[in-house]
Amino acid sequence: MADALLEVDRLAKRFGGIVATDDVDIAVPEGELHAVIGPNGAGKTTLISQLSGTLIADAGRIRFAGADITRAPAWRRSHLGLARSFQITSLFLDLTVLDNVALAVQAHAGHSFHFWRNARREERLRQPARAALEQVGLAHRADVRASLISHGEHRLLELAMALAGQPRMLLLDEPMAGLGPDESARMVETLRGLKRRYTILLVEHDMEAVFALADRITVLVYGRVIASGVPQVIRANEEVREAYLGEDDNV
Amino acid sequence: MRPSINLRSLVIAALVLGLTLLPVYVALSGDRFMLTLFTRIVIMAMAAVSLNLILGYAGMMSFGHAAYLGIGGYTTAILCFEGVTSGFVQWPAALATSALFALIVGALSLRTRGVYFIMITLAFAQMAYYMASGAARYGGDDGLSLDTRSQFAGLVKLNDKATFYYVCLILLFGSIALIWRLTNSRFGMVLQGVRSNEARMRAIGFPTFRYKLAAFVIAGTMCGLAGALIANHTDFVSPSMMFWTRSGDLIVMVVLGGMGTLFGPVFGALALLFLEQFLPAVISTAVRPFDAADAAKAGEYWQIVLGPLLLVIVLFARGGIDGLLSSLSNLVQRGKQGNG
Repeated sequence: MADALLEVDRLAKRFGGIVATDDVDIAVPEGELHAVIGPNGAGKTTLISQLSGTLIADAGRIRFAGADITRAPAWRRSHLGLARSFQITSLFLDLTVLDNVALAVQAHAGHSFHFWRNARREERLRQPARAALEQVGLAHRADVRASLISHGEHRLLELAMALAGQPRMLLLDEPMAGLGPDESARMVETLRGLKRRYTILLVEHDMEAVFALADRITVLVYGRVIASGVPQVIRANEEVREAYLGEDDNV
Repeated sequence: MRPSINLRSLVIAALVLGLTLLPVYVALSGDRFMLTLFTRIVIMAMAAVSLNLILGYAGMMSFGHAAYLGIGGYTTAILCFEGVTSGFVQWPAALATSALFALIVGALSLRTRGVYFIMITLAFAQMAYYMASGAARYGGDDGLSLDTRSQFAGLVKLNDKATFYYVCLILLFGSIALIWRLTNSRFGMVLQGVRSNEARMRAIGFPTFRYKLAAFVIAGTMCGLAGALIANHTDFVSPSMMFWTRSGDLIVMVVLGGMGTLFGPVFGALALLFLEQFLPAVISTAVRPFDAADAAKAGEYWQIVLGPLLLVIVLFARGGIDGLLSSLSNLVQRGKQGNG
């Protein structure tokens, strides 16, 4: 798959004696929703961190839109169109919901050495931010301080911030984490709306959501890819059932 | 939201008015000492306002901010000593040396965070302190007197105390206006994002280092100007103005007044310098009925009272004096709504 948007080639990362990422290959073509699943400690978040630049890989290569980004800093990857949401909600809690998203817009609106004009009155920043909140259904909470909204709304805000930079690809780290059944269903609907418009790499524990959304699935166990393919193939794979899915009666 | 007149804005308006009219009070009462005290308060408030940009708005715990007071002051004094008395040369030079020092300190310290950042900023300030102590030509430990105040070609005469006070006050208000624009601009939004969650700022695409460095240089430069003012105020500079406890004083002013608020550092400077000035006398008076002989001496221990006072503010009024005023305003507001 030479023209995949994201190509991960023999990626490796170790922490002391622990191999967190072990020769991982993944290719995500434009427009695909690719899910990464695996039991706890399989190295899913470590993988996303290497893709987004929070961690730098020890070996291997990451190519995004034809450019080698293996060693690029996080902010540059963001500028290339790679946006990440965090598993543990990571927001600007003392700013308003709209401020949070407007900052994400501002990050992609040229340099920020503007010292005089009131940024909260710049429609160039506020309007796209409002549009991103609209997309995730959070527009009515725009002027509330981020620390005061619910956990489910935090997850949506995370998503809105990733969208605000008009990325080509979303790296979503467990967007369903900690959500109740209703909120989960709402998030699945939101993600379904984003599918095709964005290329998405989704790390998620919620199997129902993964099998409902994913075009293809990669299964990680102890940092290694044990299977990769369309959902039906993964569901049928013996090794995957044993390692992971066997515990789950729904599958 | 309709702009409401609340207690906090009233107090701020009173503060601005009071500072503006102080020389009138002094002229009427003949209390020259008040003018000297308030000139010092205004200058230190400006230094605290500059520290607030990096400490309060951007969350950078710089523990060496007094170095810029010293560098601005020494630049002015040294130029005066070498025969350059023009303020048009002295003040820009004070700004430039402070900016350069901030650029160097920032470039090295901003790559670290937490305790390491605190220690590096402290180390650089102490270095400036020891350099001044060692400069024999410029008085070393004994400091250096200024023969004349900065000359502005006869346009402004800093020798006149009221004129000098107004120059300082205008520069303080100018600094506050600058910080107000700055913190609401795109640049300011980046700083507040960095304070809140720097890792996330990088993840959404901000190269945070360059913005932090720019803020660091702006703060240092602004404090350098305060240094040039303090040298003119006391007609004297000495290494002690850069000692680390001086940096501590500036932090106390910012925290006491309210971090990340526009007028907080002014309240903080006012409160701290007032306590420093009048607490000893208050303690002496309080002790006198019990122990007349040692009453005067007791006043020297005024910091025993200051310490717990700061503790109470930090523990119970997180937003400092400004935060306290905001809470009071809200209480008043709610009381009104309850009655209506």
